[in-house]
Amino acid sequence: MTNSIDEIAGADFILAIGSNTTEAHPIISLRIRRAVQRGATLVVVDPRKTELAELAGQHLQLVSGTDIILLNSLVHVILEEGLWNQEFVQSRCEGLAELKQAVEPYTPKYAEQLTGIPAAVLQQTARGYAQAAKATVVYTMGLTQHVSGTDNVLALTNLVLLCGQIGRESTGINPLRGQNNVQGACDMGALPNVFTGYQPVADDACRQKFAEAWGGPLPAQPGLTLGQMMDAAQQETLKAMYIVGENPVLADADANHVAAALAKLDFLVVQDIFLTETAKLADVVLPAVSFAEKDGTFTNTERRVQRVRQAVPPVGDSLADWQITSALSNLLGYPMPYGHPEEIFRELVKVTPSYAGMTYARLEQAGIQWPCPQADHPGTPFLHQGEFVRGKGKFHAVHYLSPAELPDEQYPLLLNTGRRLFHYHTGSMTLRTGLQEICPEERLDISLQDAAALGLNQGERVRLTSRRGTVISSVHISDRVPQGMVFASFHFPEVAINQLTNDARCPKSNISEFKICAVKIEKI
Amino acid sequence: MSEVTIIMNEQAITVPAGTTILTAARENGIEIPTLCHDPEVSRYGGCRLCVVEVAGWGSLPAACVTEVRPDMVIETESARVLEARRTILELLLANHPEDCLTCEKTGACALQDYAYRYGVRRDAFLGERQNHPLEADNPFIIRDMNKCILCGKCVRVCSEVVGRSAIDFSHRGFRARVATALDEGLQQSGCVFCGSCLEVCPVGALTEKKGRGKGRPWEMTSVTTTCPYCGVGCQLKLQVKNQRVIGARAGGSGLNGRHLCVKGRFGHGFIHHPDRLKKPLLRKEGVLQEVSWSEALAYTAQRLSQVKQQSGGAAIGVLASARISNEENYLLNKFARRVLATNNLDHCARL
Ligand code: SF4
Ligand code: SF4
Ligand code: SF4
Ligand code: FES
Repeated sequence: MTNSIDEIAGADFILAIGSNTTEAHPIISLRIRRAVQRGATLVVVDPRKTELAELAGQHLQLVSGTDIILLNSLVHVILEEGLWNQEFVQSRCEGLAELKQAVEPYTPKYAEQLTGIPAAVLQQTARGYAQAAKATVVYTMGLTQHVSGTDNVLALTNLVLLCGQIGRESTGINPLRGQNNVQGACDMGALPNVFTGYQPVADDACRQKFAEAWGGPLPAQPGLTLGQMMDAAQQETLKAMYIVGENPVLADADANHVAAALAKLDFLVVQDIFLTETAKLADVVLPAVSFAEKDGTFTNTERRVQRVRQAVPPVGDSLADWQITSALSNLLGYPMPYGHPEEIFRELVKVTPSYAGMTYARLEQAGIQWPCPQADHPGTPFLHQGEFVRGKGKFHAVHYLSPAELPDEQYPLLLNTGRRLFHYHTGSMTLRTGLQEICPEERLDISLQDAAALGLNQGERVRLTSRRGTVISSVHISDRVPQGMVFASFHFPEVAINQLTNDARCPKSNISEFKICAVKIEKI
Repeated sequence: MSEVTIIMNEQAITVPAGTTILTAARENGIEIPTLCHDPEVSRYGGCRLCVVEVAGWGSLPAACVTEVRPDMVIETESARVLEARRTILELLLANHPEDCLTCEKTGACALQDYAYRYGVRRDAFLGERQNHPLEADNPFIIRDMNKCILCGKCVRVCSEVVGRSAIDFSHRGFRARVATALDEGLQQSGCVFCGSCLEVCPVGALTEKKGRGKGRPWEMTSVTTTCPYCGVGCQLKLQVKNQRVIGARAGGSGLNGRHLCVKGRFGHGFIHHPDRLKKPLLRKEGVLQEVSWSEALAYTAQRLSQVKQQSGGAAIGVLASARISNEENYLLNKFARRVLATNNLDHCARL
């Protein structure tokens, strides 16, 4: 997030795109609600009628996958009506001419035909966003889990830059991160191409710096992403994997492909707190502790590094992940003699400029938001004040790209996937709590019209099939989904919905198109 | 902003105009008891426990809803005030069940604390008692409306902060209570089980079901930590007794204040779940079997170094995790690149 969670409550105009905030980020939805109570305008762009959409003054229930058309049309209107922030664009951005040319065809009338949103509503939204004193944008996977995911975000960034709605309190562009420490994992370089703090491995100076810090040579060629690793395992060029705290067999798109790929490995070691579907495939399973049994830090979606504190002793013989990795490293001849996570933290801040000013003592009270470059730096509630990291903000000419697989005669419905309030991810934690009692099974959301056409009653069981797999689920007839769409979560192993989803990926981000694939339904 | 000076308990106090007597008192270290007031929701003025005496005023105003006026002279513990508070507490106790011995709230109950502080016993009026059935047809919250003192805090927090309006006052007079719209269980009411109502209820009318009988407030240690679920990073206070997590409360400060969602508040049962892995497992003759750490680690190290030697580091992939700590991700980064000599390192950021 460019801004802090608290700042959302101070915005006058909130544009929420592809974010089911009340279910996926409930506490952030409280801030959105507070802004609305204060009189802010909330516009929700989502193909589903979510609870947030009901709170919104305006719900743009667009045709799935047409986000770029919608966003380009907003930019078109703002340029045409001269509502853009000239001062901001002239001093801080580049590429306006290309942008103008790119959005030229995206008239509101044209966008209306493809997105299903009336031209007048698009115009009204464009004006509201451009003219608000403080407009902020929040988005989640609904924008990124598409083959055009990166371009979707770029189209949104164009809008934000054009109106100068960034770099001030309560303005900005705010991706809400799904998992407790996904921000921290990225910050810590758990990515194929960067060290901590996004320092590229291919950059000689960065590699040199880490080679010195870690006392030895490091590979220069950026590595494989998760999806590419699965492909390489399938082709048997990847031979061994060490998987820590992830359950790709249920979480990844086209899950049957993932399981088949893992089965081809010579060696698989999985480290987790439960015997997950992925761990069941392993040669070795190493028992890790839960968050309640260890010390450390997580970094939340607003870049706030916060303490995790041990509350109870480890269950059984389990060990903290840092202890297990250290022990393996010791055996492999590279000593990692850490006695406590704080020692690791002291080491990592030395090589991570955005964390350089942090210590456990400083995090004690309320955590610190990065960048925090020195010991006396208070942290950074909002980014891009005064200038962008790369100098000028760049406009990108982006165009609509059709989803990889749309409904057709054989598979006439569109399957959308996401999260539900009462569960989390692949359910390995929440299905082992009281949450199971209140939300015991997956129920596929389906519109009244489609249910009627298929002769389905509430709760009836169906077979749901895509080109990649089949699951059995009961149905929940609901007005939350439009006609032609069904929606399921990936929380329940019994309804392993990612056996159906499409692994077509955005070529730039490598994110799979979890939000759109074609399916058919049969009554059983 | 204009300021107002008042005299409270013979002390001159200057506060911004529009400040309530209660806020002026609290900011100056003067304690006034409250039951229905909550700084996060709208003013209500229902319980009248917070009354104070203002010189020249006939009746006793409620401090939580009365704003200061210039030159007010206020007594917060005058004889009239004490008598009024005692009467209010006597009336509340008169139709309150005598259940402090087993009530989950004992030790953290405002009614109990104030009865103690003002020396009120439960014998002055022996009123008619309520006789509502316990409402417990959901996994998380028990509602015992016999203990409800009608402070309305749960109603206001649910509608004003959470935005659900799952509960409201129903009926009037003696039969008044807080109920869901159709008097069905919370599960049918649109309740999202955030538990914010639990957090504000001053008495034992709303309690956590799973924690029943598991421990008294003074037996538990409270450990502040960060929620393990979504990326919001709410602060939790894990309630620990005998080395087990038996509950979770909101951190009380920071970005989530007293609020959590259902996962953060009630989703901690996995920690001590019997399915937790307790020993390393190694596949022998096709089956995963429990082995010692030294065997599991030695075997893993040997296999990884074998692949590295035969096929190079690029034949190894490492998945770090969005669930584990920064320190652990950093170590995996170092381990993959420096020890295994591979940049094939990723995690499920893309979901
Ligand atoms: S748990 Fe939350 S939603 Fe349910 S009644 Fe209480 S405050 Fe309202
Ligand atoms: S249930 Fe608790 S919070 Fe709600 S009105 Fe009764 S006493 Fe007050
Ligand atoms: S309590 Fe809910 S909203 Fe807060 S961090 Fe946990 S899962 Fe997210
Ligand atoms: S606290 Fe003031 S009337 Fe209840």
